[in-house]
Amino acid sequence: MSQLLLDVNALTMRFGGLVAVNGVNLKVKNRQIVSIIGPNGAGKTTVFNCLSGFYIPTAGSVMFKNEQIAGLKDFQISRKGLVRTFQHVRLFSNMTVVENMLVAQHRHLNTNLFSGLFKTPSYRRKEGEAMDHAAQWLEEVGLLDVANRQAGNLSYGQQRRLEIARCMVTQPELLMLDEPAAGLNPNETKELDELIIKLRDEHEISILLIEHDMSLVMGISDHIYVIAQGTPLADGSPEEIKNNPDVIKAYLGED
Amino acid sequence: MTNKFYNALFASGIAFILTCLMVGIKLDTEGTQLAIKGASAEQWTWIGLGIALVFLSQLFSDKIDAIFSKVPKPKLSNMLPKEQKMATLKPWLLALLIVGMLVWPFMVSRGSVDLATLALIYIMLGLGLNIVVGLAGLLDLGFVAFYAVGAYTYALLSQYFGMSFWACLPISAGLAALFGFILGFPVLRLRGDYLAIVTLGFGEIIRILLNNWTAVTGGPNGISGIDKPTLFGLEFSRRAKEEDTVLFHEFFGIDYSSSYKVIFLYLIAVILTIFVVYVINRLMRMPVGRAWEALREDEIACRSLGLNRTVIKLSAFTLGATTAGFAGAFFAARQGFISPESFIFIESAIILAIVVLGGMGSQVGVILAAIIMTILPELAREFSEYRMLLFGFLMVIMMRWRPQGLVPMKRPHLELNR
Repeated sequence: MSQLLLDVNALTMRFGGLVAVNGVNLKVKNRQIVSIIGPNGAGKTTVFNCLSGFYIPTAGSVMFKNEQIAGLKDFQISRKGLVRTFQHVRLFSNMTVVENMLVAQHRHLNTNLFSGLFKTPSYRRKEGEAMDHAAQWLEEVGLLDVANRQAGNLSYGQQRRLEIARCMVTQPELLMLDEPAAGLNPNETKELDELIIKLRDEHEISILLIEHDMSLVMGISDHIYVIAQGTPLADGSPEEIKNNPDVIKAYLGED
Repeated sequence: MTNKFYNALFASGIAFILTCLMVGIKLDTEGTQLAIKGASAEQWTWIGLGIALVFLSQLFSDKIDAIFSKVPKPKLSNMLPKEQKMATLKPWLLALLIVGMLVWPFMVSRGSVDLATLALIYIMLGLGLNIVVGLAGLLDLGFVAFYAVGAYTYALLSQYFGMSFWACLPISAGLAALFGFILGFPVLRLRGDYLAIVTLGFGEIIRILLNNWTAVTGGPNGISGIDKPTLFGLEFSRRAKEEDTVLFHEFFGIDYSSSYKVIFLYLIAVILTIFVVYVINRLMRMPVGRAWEALREDEIACRSLGLNRTVIKLSAFTLGATTAGFAGAFFAARQGFISPESFIFIESAIILAIVVLGGMGSQVGVILAAIIMTILPELAREFSEYRMLLFGFLMVIMMRWRPQGLVPMKRPHLELNR
């Protein structure tokens, strides 16, 4: 019933002599929320960078939909349906909200120069479709009424949601969120929580999450991986992780 | 305060040393010998006054700044009518402008029309570089190379194969685009300063190549006698070069006048410029224009969204080069003579200055700046050697008061209507 969407095996990333990630295994099934947790500097974001093609992993395999993607370019990976957000919001802040959404749909648009110059019917139709699609997702995350505002003028919580919506219009199958709750107030975190669950249940995508907010992680994750100092420490359901002595030790220190 | 005092003393000291060296001491020939002479008493008073001015202005610099900041800066937005009114007025203004540009040459002197043609060439160049620098944010210091490619393509094709201007125009643009593509492919993974240096080098390579490949390009002697454009085969010269060519004034049965040719060239430039303006205007609203903007704002986010940055940057580079190729072919046709001298680095610098002065990314700004940069040196002809000084002064003032350019870029925002 639930198929394996992402299968990472023995992922290793070295920077010169420094081993940032060492033999990490990850499995994400269809319609699953999987979290990666670990202390600061554990290499969680490095794992993300390896998966999304920003780094080329030193060793290990990354299978996405039964296809090897380790070594592909970043834009190729995101076109396959694996899209990420960033720890610090990265919007096109001088562009409007809806334009941010259109840039994300770039490859679905008619980018032929001549059809654009002469506004051919097919060009107009594609632009119209992109607009509708953008509007649909803005409504989904509750940003429709600020669609024509400059992205840089939105509140922080709105910017976070726009970043997720911008990923979603690219029609991904696996969404990777890098600390989406950082800097949000409890209310906004709750909204984010609901949004992530909605993405899984209604839009049938899988989510890979890096997060420090334990109540968020424990509340929504189907499976949790713990990484400490680049090496895998434990994995299991939220209940198992909560009671795992190694994890407690890594987080609270030895007594 | 003491700090300011020392600062002022230091500045006036430097001013003293520099003026003494440059103005206070003169070399004069006495017979066969050189003699050193001091300045006249009158000049010394002026030097003294100048140094005093430097001292005082440094001492009271913050007060002077305060006075200047009180002077209201002219705001273009106040001078222009309100936005909604603009929207209805715009097509009319545009039509009026185009009609004006078409009628105007018949009423003024030949020299002014010629100057206007030159301004139009710089407008095309400025708009082309504006795609690369203003929209895509890639600093290109060798833009003149593509201009040279366009010009030499037409000149050589016309000289060796006798091809006409109209046939060569697309070829020139295409070849310039090809050069843009070839250069862009390896270098576009570089950023900022590095890219600037590579493009600078490329500009020099093209110029030196043209200079040294004497067998084909004629080297420093250039290529002369390049054919002028024709109007559906009608030539604008006084006498036909060959028996079967038809002359413009004979065909229409009017007297020969040399200004027909100048006006005709001007009108071609107007049409080419309108074409370029239209195309770039559309590009800015198209997906590729949005992608340029997005790439300039955040490259990493673009990559994560599946945009291929090399392709997008390359498209900007190639389209910019195409525009320069257009301008180059027209330049060769207008001039009738080209040599590597026309494509030196200072040309690249002037085009870049046009883009920066006009306001990066802003079409209206670049057009205005191109006009100013071509007409001002002509107007200032009486100042002879001081005019470059004037030019530099203008730049300093602009950058101090309006670093965002004459008409800062205002992007056409897409609206979601519902």
